[in-house]
Parts: sequence; structure tokens; C-alpha cells
Amino acid sequence: MAGVSYVKASRVYPGNPPVRAVDQLDLEVNDGEFLVLVGPSGSGKSTALRMLAGLEDVDEGAIHIGGNDVTHTPPKGRDIAMVFQSYALYPHMTVGENMGFALKLRRVPKETIKAKVAEAAKMLDLTPYLDRKPKALSGGQRQRVAMGRAIVREPAVFLMDEPLSNLDAKLRVETRANIAALQARLGTTTIYVTHDQVEAQTMGHRVAVLKDGLLQQCDTPRNLYERPANSFVAGFIGSPAMNLKTVALTSEGAVLDGLTVPLPRSVVAGHDAKTITFGVRPESLRLTGGDEVGMKLTVDLVEELGADAYVYGSVDIGGTAERFIVRTDGRTPPSIGSTVNVTLRDDNEVHLFHPESGARLETTKAPTA
Amino acid sequence: MDVTSLQTSGRAGPSGGRRPAPPRSGHRGRRSPAASFGLHAALVVASLIAVFPVFWVLVTSFKPDSRAIEASPSLINESSLDNYARILAGEKGDFLAWFGNSLLIAGLTTVLAVMLAASTGYAVSRFNFPGGRGLLFFFLVVQMFPFAVLIVPLYNLLLSLGLQGSAGGLVLVYCTTAVPFCTYMLKGYFDGIPREIDEAGRMDGLSPFGVFWRLMLPLARPGLAVTGFYAFITAWGEVAFASAFLSAADQSKTLAVGLQVFVQQNRTEWGHLAAASILVAIPAAVVFYLVQRFLVSGLAAGSVKG
Repeated sequence: MAGVSYVKASRVYPGNPPVRAVDQLDLEVNDGEFLVLVGPSGSGKSTALRMLAGLEDVDEGAIHIGGNDVTHTPPKGRDIAMVFQSYALYPHMTVGENMGFALKLRRVPKETIKAKVAEAAKMLDLTPYLDRKPKALSGGQRQRVAMGRAIVREPAVFLMDEPLSNLDAKLRVETRANIAALQARLGTTTIYVTHDQVEAQTMGHRVAVLKDGLLQQCDTPRNLYERPANSFVAGFIGSPAMNLKTVALTSEGAVLDGLTVPLPRSVVAGHDAKTITFGVRPESLRLTGGDEVGMKLTVDLVEELGADAYVYGSVDIGGTAERFIVRTDGRTPPSIGSTVNVTLRDDNEVHLFHPESGARLETTKAPTA
Repeated sequence: MDVTSLQTSGRAGPSGGRRPAPPRSGHRGRRSPAASFGLHAALVVASLIAVFPVFWVLVTSFKPDSRAIEASPSLINESSLDNYARILAGEKGDFLAWFGNSLLIAGLTTVLAVMLAASTGYAVSRFNFPGGRGLLFFFLVVQMFPFAVLIVPLYNLLLSLGLQGSAGGLVLVYCTTAVPFCTYMLKGYFDGIPREIDEAGRMDGLSPFGVFWRLMLPLARPGLAVTGFYAFITAWGEVAFASAFLSAADQSKTLAVGLQVFVQQNRTEWGHLAAASILVAIPAAVVFYLVQRFLVSGLAAGSVKG
């Protein structure tokens, strides 16, 4: 087992102009940690993982595994195992042969391979299928074989490239929990790539958010949610997404329709622009009675999820209709087309970002958890 | 896959036959008895036309030369195994030596061409290297020259290599035609195998050559069988190159060349020629039998994931 570190690692695809798929990535993964790389497509998350695997060249910087520089080591010398999105099982081998293949290449005695494969198969409920070919398995079973192939090797690091995206929704949630539990049990350093922020938030000890090859923020899921480093992370993490609006700034605070949110002096004083990017999560908003001050929200759509309901509507801010999402009680949602009054639950539950750079403007008091 | 191809051929049947499919009534895909009869009749006639010449060669191979061409043809007329006995005994030329030569040359061509084509095809399919695309185009262009044009330059090449008249030289010549075609075919085959399999192999500890040898070749087996068959047939039945490049000595001829002794200026020994032809066809038929299950799947396999 070992930690992993990216030291200003870059992958540059030649072209005009050259594409920096991963740009100066600095990332430290501790021994035994479950780190999730998340980002939209084209963010470089898979490339970063493949650089660690040795399947992609490192053009600048270095990568270390367990303290050893592996920047130019071929994959076989890195002591890592990878689970692919398509599983990439060997079609001409049985499940057992697939799982034991890496050990066979290392000339591990047959009995040892058999024992290890049997143990992993038991862990993954694959024992009855060991003699089958991958063709004769269901999607979920194939996924487990891919996991088993990685486990049997007892590598220093597991790499997983969107291993759940070929499963149906229910199985995905189930397998998500199984993988997290398995990782906790084995204690192997794991780097997991996904585009699904729910997966990232539920599985990772820490989550690294990438965009356009640049690391945006790497932190625990809770910190990522509560203190996003910039407006991109704020909008990417959380479902439904945070309401992010660029609004006028006066000495009173941020001006929303009929609602002026007082902002901490420290932020307003240090900020010279006339506008500010103002973020508030759907659960930090509430519907109010008519007598309270608030924004007038015209309801376009209500998503009823049972316990909760999400109200999608538009608010007129400075002449343009801005869309807002509000979480409300699932039993008494407003009807579509009606106009409701919306206000903040707590003036501290707001996130402020620079309107141009998108960087977080720190409030003096941290938002309460 | 077998099921699929059966269904496909079943459906293609009516349009392939003489009459169009009748309007669908009742169950999907059922033919009316008349259409069914028409279809089968057409197929039987076509099969007979295809099989008859081979059948007649077989019939002739048992007859003495004097009975080979008759005013009123009959199936049996003084038929015996004499033709076969004489050929195998070497009375008409060293038949067994020819047979051995052909087997050796076709076998070596098959092995060499498939090995070269598989590694070339894999390289072109997976790796980006300067001239990779040009190489394939070049292969295609080479195929466009008629054989007759190539004989003289190839002769000179073999002469300067010191391979003129040797079986090895002829194997090389056959490879010039077999390798480009096989490379094309196998490149397409390798393209159909997902790259993640290569990568999984690398992660499991294989070298790039290990990936090729232990994963790609087993997965490309149908493709290898098809290309191997092609290479074998190319070398087995070829006459022009073989007669130009092998030495004139009787025991160094291939079968296709040797058969010419039965065709003389004034007279053709039909009985012996027919018997020898049947013997020549046997190994080709055996090879075909061995690979035929791959031929159906091999031709369709590029479209379906392994």
C-alpha cells in the first residue's frame, strides 16, 4: 500500500494550439485514502488517472507512488490495478482465469492463485460463475469480475475509471455502497474517476474537482459542499445545483428582487466591483407568507420527490428573468403558475464569488454547518 | 452468431431467389408453399450447376483415357482405380514429391504470411507511427499489378538474392501477394477489439508484445483462420509463379505445375489429369473444413464485439 502524488504533472496533446488535457496537477493522495476525481466531460479526470496508470505519457512534472518516481515506468512496474468503464474482461478466458491472469504472469504458484481467486470470488459473490466466460454474465456480474481482477492482485493502488456508468440506476447505487465498503475493508489507496457528483460525494474521503485540466479544489465532501472554492465548484457539487446569480452590489448588500441580502463588511469593503456572484443552495431558501420581505418567484415546475419538493421558478432581477430552485416541504408544494414569496433561511448561508474570476470571497464567519 | 446468420440467410432467401417474397400473411417470415418450392428449386439447380463439373472430374478420374471422352457419356465405363495407382506409384512423374513440395510451400506461406500480417495489422491498428497510413495504401497499390508484369522483376530479385529455383524463394513471392491482403483483413479485425483489452493487459503486467501474443492473437483466431485459409489457397493452386521460379527438375515441381505433364502437345491424359486433380483438391478441402466454421463468423466478426 502506498500514497500517490502528482507533482505539477501535465499531459499536453500536440496541436495548434496544444491542448493541455491535464495542466500542472498537484495532488497528494494519502495511503489508504479513497480519492474521487470528478468533473464534466473533457475536464481531464480520466487523463489524470491514465497518467497514473502509465497508459498516458506525463509530458511535464512527475508522479510518485509510494515515494518512488514512476513518471516513466511502464504500467507493469507500478504495482497498480485498474477497473475500466467497459470492464475490458478477456473474452477468451473464464472468470477465474480473468481474475488470476495477473498472478499467472507473475509466475505465482497455481495453488496460491486458485486460493486467492476463490477468496476474491467469495467476497464478490462470484463463486458459482468462476468457470463461465464473461459473455455469459450479466452487466453487474461483469463489473464484479473487473473488481475481482483488481482485488486478487493486492496492488498498492486501485484505479477506477467510471466503473459504474454501464450499470442501471438501482444496481449503481447498490454497487456504489459495495465498492466503498470493500475499499474500507481492504484499506487500499483508491483513485476513482466519475462525472457523477453524487457518486463523488458519497464515496470519496476527499473529492478533487477538475475543469479544463485544472484542479479546482480538493477537499472532503462536506467542505466542498459548504465552502466551494469558486463558482464552478459551487455549481457542480450539489443536486439540484446551487442558485448562482450575478447581482448588483450596493452599500446595503446584494440586491435581489425585493430582497437585499446584507453582506459581511469584510467582503463588501475588499470588493471594488459593482456586481457580485451570489450563490444560495435550494435548501437555504424557503417559501414565506405574503407579509414577509422576499423575492417574487413565478413557479414553472415542481419536482415532487416525496419528503421534499423542488420548486423551479423565475424571479425578475434587474429586468431579466433568473431561474431559482427552492427546496420545500413535499406535502404542500405550490401549484404551477402561481407566484410565491421566497426568502433566505439564514443570511449566513450564502456563498459569494468574484463576478469575473469566480473565486470565493471569504466571509469572516464561517457558515454554520 | 450462428443463429443470427441462419436467420439472415433465411430472410435473404426470397429476394435472392427468382421470385419476390409474397405479401406477408399470418406469421412473420413464413413463406407460402409455392414460394418455398420455387426457392428450393432455384437453390437445387444452382447447387447442381456448381457441383457438376467437380462431379464429372471425379467420374472421369476412374475411367481410362480412351473412355474419358465418349459420344454418349456414361457414369461408369471400364472404371477402376488404375489411374490413381499409376499416379501414386510415380509412373507419370514424381507425384508424391510434387505433393510434398506443394504442402511445404503452401504451409510455409500460410505460417509466414499470417505471422507477418498479424503483427503488421496489429501495429497499424494500434500504434501511431510515421507512414502508418501510407503503408496500407502502398499495400493496396501493390495488389493492383497483374501477376504477369511481376514475373520478370521478381525473377531478377530472386536471382540476386540467390533464391531462384528454391522453395523458400517461392514462399517469399507468395507472401508478397498474401501479406498485403491478410494485413488489411487483420487490421480490420484488430480494430474491432476494444483498446481497453490491450490496456487491461498492460495493467496486468504484459509487455506490448505480450498483449499481442497472449490477448490479441487468441481473440483474433477467427480472423487468423480466414487469412490463413486465403494464404494457403493462394499458394496451393498457383501455376505461373511456380513454373517460373522453381527449377525444372521433376522432383522440385509443385502439384499445379506437375499436372501439366498430363497435357501434352497432341494428347491429353484426361483420366490421369482428373485423378491427380481429385488428389490435389483433398488437402484444400481439408483446410477448408478446418476453418469453415470461422469463415461465417470471421466475415461478420468485425461488427460484433468479441
